[in-house]
Amino acid sequence: MKIGTPKEVYEGEARVAMTPDSAQALQKLGYECAIETGAGALAGFTDAAYEEAGVEVIKTPAALWKDCDIVAKVRQPNDTEMKRLRKGQTLISFFNPAGNEAGLEAAKKKGANVIAMEMVPRISRAQKMDALSSMANIAGYRAVIEAGNNYGRFFTGQITAAGKVPPAKVLVVGAGVAGLAAIGAATSLGAITYAFDVRPEVAEQVESMGAEFVYLDFEEEQQDGAATGGYASVSSPEFREAQLAKFRELAPEMDIVITTALIPNREAPELWTEDMVAAMKRGSVIVDLAAEKGGNCKLTVADEKIVTDNGVTIIGYTDFPSRMASQASSLYATNIRHMMTDLTPEKDGQINHNMEDDVIRGATVTYDHEITWPPPPPKVQAIAAQKKEKPKDLTPEEKKAQEMAAFKAQTKNQVSLLVIGAVLMLIVGAFAPASFMQHFIVFVLAVFVGFQVIWNVSHSLHTPLMAVTNAISGIIILGALLQIGSGNWLVVVLASISVLIASINIVGGFMVTRRMLAMFQKS
Amino acid sequence: MAIGIVSAAYIAASVLFILSLGGLSGQESAKRAVWYGIVGMALAVLATVFGPGIGNYLILLVMIAIGAYLGQMVAGKVEMTEMPQLVAALHSFVGLAAVFIGFNAQIEMGRVAAIMADVPASLNATGIETWLHDQGIQGFALKVAHKTAVEISILKVEVFLGVFIGAVTFTGSVVAFGKLAGKVTSAAKKLPGGHALNAGSAIISFILLIMYMNGAGGWTLVVMSLFAFFIGYHLIMGIGGADMPVVVSMLNSYSGWAAAAIGFSLGNDLLIVTGALVGSSGAILSYIMCKAMNRSFISVILGGFGGTSGPAMEVEGEQIAIDADGVAAALDEADSVVIVPGYGMAVAQAQQAVSELTRRLRAKGKEVRFAIHPVAGRLPGHMNVLLAEAKVPYDIVLEMDEINDDFPDTDVAIVIGSNDIVNPAAQDDPNSPIAGMPVLEVWKAKQVFVSKRGQGTGYSGIENPLFYKENTRMFYGDAKQSLETLLQKIS
Repeated sequence: MKIGTPKEVYEGEARVAMTPDSAQALQKLGYECAIETGAGALAGFTDAAYEEAGVEVIKTPAALWKDCDIVAKVRQPNDTEMKRLRKGQTLISFFNPAGNEAGLEAAKKKGANVIAMEMVPRISRAQKMDALSSMANIAGYRAVIEAGNNYGRFFTGQITAAGKVPPAKVLVVGAGVAGLAAIGAATSLGAITYAFDVRPEVAEQVESMGAEFVYLDFEEEQQDGAATGGYASVSSPEFREAQLAKFRELAPEMDIVITTALIPNREAPELWTEDMVAAMKRGSVIVDLAAEKGGNCKLTVADEKIVTDNGVTIIGYTDFPSRMASQASSLYATNIRHMMTDLTPEKDGQINHNMEDDVIRGATVTYDHEITWPPPPPKVQAIAAQKKEKPKDLTPEEKKAQEMAAFKAQTKNQVSLLVIGAVLMLIVGAFAPASFMQHFIVFVLAVFVGFQVIWNVSHSLHTPLMAVTNAISGIIILGALLQIGSGNWLVVVLASISVLIASINIVGGFMVTRRMLAMFQKS
Repeated sequence: MAIGIVSAAYIAASVLFILSLGGLSGQESAKRAVWYGIVGMALAVLATVFGPGIGNYLILLVMIAIGAYLGQMVAGKVEMTEMPQLVAALHSFVGLAAVFIGFNAQIEMGRVAAIMADVPASLNATGIETWLHDQGIQGFALKVAHKTAVEISILKVEVFLGVFIGAVTFTGSVVAFGKLAGKVTSAAKKLPGGHALNAGSAIISFILLIMYMNGAGGWTLVVMSLFAFFIGYHLIMGIGGADMPVVVSMLNSYSGWAAAAIGFSLGNDLLIVTGALVGSSGAILSYIMCKAMNRSFISVILGGFGGTSGPAMEVEGEQIAIDADGVAAALDEADSVVIVPGYGMAVAQAQQAVSELTRRLRAKGKEVRFAIHPVAGRLPGHMNVLLAEAKVPYDIVLEMDEINDDFPDTDVAIVIGSNDIVNPAAQDDPNSPIAGMPVLEVWKAKQVFVSKRGQGTGYSGIENPLFYKENTRMFYGDAKQSLETLLQKIS
């Protein structure tokens, strides 16, 4: 089958869904590859580079759409492109199924199979094709770079001959993939980075990236992120108030604020209010990564950079990934390539559209004249559920009661064992002759001592323990010694053999134990 | 030497043996403890040899000399990886000796009974003593001569038990030796009929005991020992692979009980005490091993893993391989490393390479530690001894309970030749056959490398989800060779 990538038609879009590298990998899966002429130009991939990688360069988009069985692209297809779609063709692209009913209907009517890259479920196995994450990663990084570009000072603190430079303070709101990427970039530039998220379980990730997590003084059961597929959910009004109060407190100190808070299928929540902007220092920068969905700051203008009256720059670009077209194309093409790998289990260049597979099923929005969106929930939970709360700390009384109960149970146990033991002894004693009882008591005591002693043996010395018990069980030699003086020849022979092998045991056991113990060295 | 002095020597020997076992609680005190054992044994043997009622000194000395020579030869030569075999072999000796001594007791009983029947009725008590002496009755035989009828019955039970346990220990240990040395297939094998055969043999042995008690004669003892030999053989043949630590501990315990039973028949307290010490030691080791596998002793003995209660959890993802360069790079960046060795390390003889790796990483200031699962290897504590032999300092070799909480703070965990003991299914999948078994939580480390020969499953035949985790990379190949290639990349 042939897989082709047209030039993106959306204005300003510089990314491309196939790179020479990914084309080579696709060819290994058995596919022929094709690309529209100039499709990779803005991302830094020339037609010559594609040809070198064995990709056919096609002159017009119409020819490409006609010629290819699979079309991979970046942006949601426009009407012209939707018209070119044909029956049985597979389209892999961002598709925005939630806001693109017309597109879904059109694809359904045409009988094309559409795989929407934003619908790849968030499970471990699908991470390699999660284009939202790879694009968000780029957006987060780029947001810091854009902020730095518009911020007139250093990120890192320095003490120079010309004076002291304080480090920049960066606040990242929303610690999703983009937020974490932004935190990573900001800390490695040397800024003091703070981060906030409504999901308390990400605090650990934030701290591992070198930022400080901003905790709220607020007691509320936050919904576990695991239940919503790792995404944030809407929070209560009280929680929101506490959060805004905290931001208000932080606003005057912050030099750069990067907001990334998005809730799936909703308008972006307003987190950075006008009065916070007003409280910020002149020259500060806000990068609003949620601009496309209305922005976390109401002053944000999508796709534009504005400067407020008090000199705060607000950046509302929505095309961060496209601004790093080369990197974004490589990652996106790799996502597509992994998707194709999953679609081609036999590596024979034929698509096997397995609707039983969680990932493929989740991402497919139309299949064989049917709209298959929204998908059923995946069978595998997105991320591990949060650990159950630790058992509550006991009050001293409860603790005492528990200890008492444990003590009582133990006493009861021991006493009952002793009683049983004593009864057994009495029964044996009642029937057995005195000479036997004498030995029997020795035996019982020895077992008891043995149990007490062996429990203390260090686990690491279990092998020497076995060797030494081997050696001392050679004590059976005493039995043979007592019999060897017998007048019966058979007894002498058997006893001699016993003496021989018991001596091997004794000497061998002790020597090997000594050898082993000598090996144990302290560092 | 008077009987009183012999008893005193026995008491001293008992105390020394107890101290010797107790001293094994720490590596340093253990070095002293083994001397207590040696002195105790020397005291016991000397006191017995020079005590009353011993004859045939020449044979005795020759035998001890040969035995001592063979013993020190074996002990000096044995490789540490061969320790399980050696331990099993030594168990079999105790078992065989117990069988022989039991037979001897029976023969002596017959001889004494014959002589006692001829005691002239005219003799008084002192007269009988001198007469017995003249007949050549001394040592053990003399003791038998003084026993009452009830005591003789008890003696018979003791002899019978001693021979039975000894025989089971003997063949069991021989089979265990064969399995550990690779001379017998280590897979679990049973004859058709399975445990019914064992049970049948045990019942026949019990019938033989009743016949023996009713004076059926010495042949019952011999026939019984044949059945006991069969039980030992068949029981251990049916247990395989990773259950060997339990088997070896169990045989250790049996060899102790055999010695104790012989002690009862000979009326020798030192034998009883020592046998009981060894027996309880083996029993505790078996218990610890079973606990570490979350299995009951019975289920191990009956062989095989317990039934599962449902289909096993499906494993998601794929095994991702990595080469030596990748491992070296990750180790270079890591600050803390935990190595989890298993039987595979012993098989590949990789402990020297592991030790060298440890030395180099530590020289770079990294924290390297070892995590030892109680049932790693084929003998309790086997890994510790192998690592000690390779000169890994024992204070960085930790037990499961000591280190399990540290995995989340560990940068790299290296699993060398272990499988079931690092299987997360034991915690995650209630349907897994090993559900509930305590395992080393290596998957909590930031990165896990698994050195493994190929994509097979472990002894239990259970798929290991660890190999499919995202932070796991498979480092395929023979453990020794893989580590040696790795060493070339790490200076």
